[in-house]
Amino acid sequence: MSGKTLFDKVWERNVVAEEREDRPAILHVGLHLIHEVTSPQAFATLAERKLKVRRPDLTLGTIDHSVPTLPAKEGRLAYTTKAAEEQVARLRWNCQEHGIELLDLGDPRRGIVHMVGPELGRTHPGMVVVCGDSHTSTHGAFGALAFGIGTTEVGHVLATQCLFQRKPKTLRVQFEGEVPADVTAKDMALAVIAELGMDGGTGHVIEYAGPAVRGLSMEGRMTLCNLSIEAGARAGMIAPDAVTLAYLQGREGVPADFVSACDEWLSLSTDEDAVFDKEITIDASALQPMVTYGVSPHEAVPASSLVPLPGDLTSASALDYMQLSAGAPISSVPVDRVFVGSCTNGRIEDLRAAAAILRGRKVADGVTMLVVPGSEEVKRNAEAEGLDLVFKEAGAEWREPGCSMCIAMNGDKGEPGQLVVSTSNRNFRGRQGEGVRTVLASPATAAASAVAGFIRDASAIRRRAA
Amino acid sequence: MEAFRTLTSRTFVLPQSNIDTDQIIPARFLTTTGREGLGKYCFHDWRYGQDGEKTDHPLNHSDREAERILVAGDNFGCGSSREHAPWALKAFGFDAVVSTSFGDIFRSNALKNGLLPVQVSPETLTLLMEQPATEVTIDLEDNEIRFGNHVERFETEAFARLCLLEGKDPLGVLLDALPEIEAFEQRAGSMS
Repeated sequence: MSGKTLFDKVWERNVVAEEREDRPAILHVGLHLIHEVTSPQAFATLAERKLKVRRPDLTLGTIDHSVPTLPAKEGRLAYTTKAAEEQVARLRWNCQEHGIELLDLGDPRRGIVHMVGPELGRTHPGMVVVCGDSHTSTHGAFGALAFGIGTTEVGHVLATQCLFQRKPKTLRVQFEGEVPADVTAKDMALAVIAELGMDGGTGHVIEYAGPAVRGLSMEGRMTLCNLSIEAGARAGMIAPDAVTLAYLQGREGVPADFVSACDEWLSLSTDEDAVFDKEITIDASALQPMVTYGVSPHEAVPASSLVPLPGDLTSASALDYMQLSAGAPISSVPVDRVFVGSCTNGRIEDLRAAAAILRGRKVADGVTMLVVPGSEEVKRNAEAEGLDLVFKEAGAEWREPGCSMCIAMNGDKGEPGQLVVSTSNRNFRGRQGEGVRTVLASPATAAASAVAGFIRDASAIRRRAA
Repeated sequence: MEAFRTLTSRTFVLPQSNIDTDQIIPARFLTTTGREGLGKYCFHDWRYGQDGEKTDHPLNHSDREAERILVAGDNFGCGSSREHAPWALKAFGFDAVVSTSFGDIFRSNALKNGLLPVQVSPETLTLLMEQPATEVTIDLEDNEIRFGNHVERFETEAFARLCLLEGKDPLGVLLDALPEIEAFEQRAGSMS
């Protein structure tokens, strides 16, 4: 019998009832994260059926999607609509009613839902983490099985702390070799999605492995796992190691007996003789900083290359929407706006990478730039390092934490036709505002593009300075 | 939950692949606390211009009573986990979506809302794309999609299928498992 994968081991630990032909497995959830947008209808179901939240202690709420990122004026936040404000109030009421801890506005621990789990040490290796949000895959960086669910399932988890789940297939993405300087986790992720295509991961849980993955910080690993869903995979995982344990040590939510927990977590790694349903290998040493040119994250190429010809992977309508000409250098594409932030790239390391490019430089004339820390903790740390001043001196705006322009439902958005270089996760049509053209990139590439006024990777900016 | 057994209706075709949930319902319409009334936002930015006027998109000329089966390109419903997508599609008047593949979370959400995702072969999809407004029967009891002389079997996850056929709520089944869940938590200890 062959060995077990990381996924197999985590799955087995959390199965309440094995799957049968006529019923999926019942899986126990160790951490259920909730936010204002995908939870109200689930709480309404509980109320209709007179049910309680079964494990408020394993549930954590935060406010992130629809909250304005401009500071309050005279004690009032400028919500885009009354409905958005009511949605936030509803979450507050629901959490109070059911005894759920809420990281409310003003709480120094508040942040984007996928920031706060790790920051508070609530995301643990070996755990099942779910949330009504597809980027829940982020938490897989810790060796958790983490995936997004719909609102009906949010209700199931609130009521029972469990959900029905068919066992997915496994897919290993093996990075061979080390990544060159200037290639970040975001570039690795875009390369994976370009390789797999938009649905190459559908039905699978990805495990990222290899020295280039081991070499990533937890911040980088979270970026890599975060984007798993953009290749269709609900979850991405990385085996826990010394980097994982060092990140968790001393955080508020870790188990009291941290040392013995660590031993257990380290045993979760994939066995050498384990077999995956599918495997791909990527040569990390050949990677370059990547950007998207189309309307799906898999439409990605090196920033230094040309806009591809329409073909199997790219539709002519995607290039039409993006107003790009096949064969034109990517570096000839002018930029209107730059966004640094989101659960993909709103962590301290991301802000440092953007600030390193912007220090002593200016955002180009005609370009606006928005920097939104992913959480209060990131904001505090960035300000302690003076990164906020770097951004402001360069001409960028420094905002309060939230999802902001990643999903553009809080009023932060581009104008029709604008080209936005964004560190977020989706370049779908209209995602960042009606008619907005989104180019996904790493924080370094986004900052370099802000300085140049055209799409550029960091090395191009440094060459210019030399 | 709303039951689904057999549906006979005409199709409406959207030939694009990779139709993501941001297209099905843009994020700015997610600031609701209800499930109702989302039909007007379904494919909103395809159906309305930035000036708020209706566009010429075929969705604006579709027969909402007679065309209850949406036929769409590969990988329908990729992207975000928003259950607002099936809520909007149902409210707009679709009861089934036929494609070669679906986003995992969309498929799961659709099945919980009486919107049947029907996964067919590329050949069958091509036939359906070539003949818009075809009358099609989707038979969940026999696991068949039929039109003209064409018959294809499709798979639906067994438990979701049972819930749809019987109009059974999966939450009830999960609540019945509470003793098992409690026993699991006691065994797991650290989760107490």
